[in-house]
Amino acid sequence: MLAFLATSVVAFVLYLLLTLPSGTLGAWSVEELVTGAILSVVAGLVARNVLFPRDRKGTWADLRLLNPLRLLLFLVYLIGPFLFAMARANLDVAYRVVTRKLRPGIVKLSPGLTTDLGRTLLANSITLTPGTLTVDVDEEDGDLYVHWINVRDPEPAAKQVCGSFPAWARRITQ
Amino acid sequence: MNIALYILFGIGVLFNGLGALALMRFPDVYTRLHGATKCTTFGAIFSIAAIIVYGFASGGAAQQTLAIHAIVALIALLLTNPTGAHAIARAAHRSGVKPWGAVVDKLEEKP
Repeated sequence: MLAFLATSVVAFVLYLLLTLPSGTLGAWSVEELVTGAILSVVAGLVARNVLFPRDRKGTWADLRLLNPLRLLLFLVYLIGPFLFAMARANLDVAYRVVTRKLRPGIVKLSPGLTTDLGRTLLANSITLTPGTLTVDVDEEDGDLYVHWINVRDPEPAAKQVCGSFPAWARRITQ
Repeated sequence: MNIALYILFGIGVLFNGLGALALMRFPDVYTRLHGATKCTTFGAIFSIAAIIVYGFASGGAAQQTLAIHAIVALIALLLTNPTGAHAIARAAHRSGVKPWGAVVDKLEEKP
């Protein structure tokens, strides 16, 4: 129930943002508000288990994504270390495009994250940061298989490849 | 104000172009994905930043709406771009594409 409500509210807010100037009621017309409400109820019914999956015991929906403190931490992470790492990633790709110095390989990382949300966050962060691309995830123990464009160590620790990201992902999602 | 917009757009175009160049220079699907995801996302961030600055600085209601829509587009792009790259890389490895010049391939050795 909670998962359904939360998903519907998120869908409704997104719909309102996308149809922003359409009428006089607030900034929206009555038609848009009604259509948005119906569509977000449908979206909530279909997608509740995707956006807010049940926890390990299968009883409660996992709502920690809605915690404002976690969202704030996530924003800090995006603007601080993530954007910096991304800028470095792009200069790194530029350097490799010009010199074509490649030493690629697929290595295995064990960051030890337990939630799906944390694994997703880390995998996506890894893909967007210097020289690394997530190829596969082991569903059971959360190991990531990462294509590394400049292998310095065939069996690296997670810290060597992605710096402080696992710590941030843990802080945000656990 | 105009100069700031030109600079932001210039950086965006530069990195998007770099992504296209990486597609041609790199040898195989994995290394090309590196260029295609990182550079296009970073380039799009700067292009969209230019739209946001323009929208909020020019002050009209239509422009502000444009800026808000651009922010929504940026969030969607940040979520879907790495996910799509991961899906392509995983599919490529499952259908047997070996990484070019690989020093080590732990996924292949996985039991």
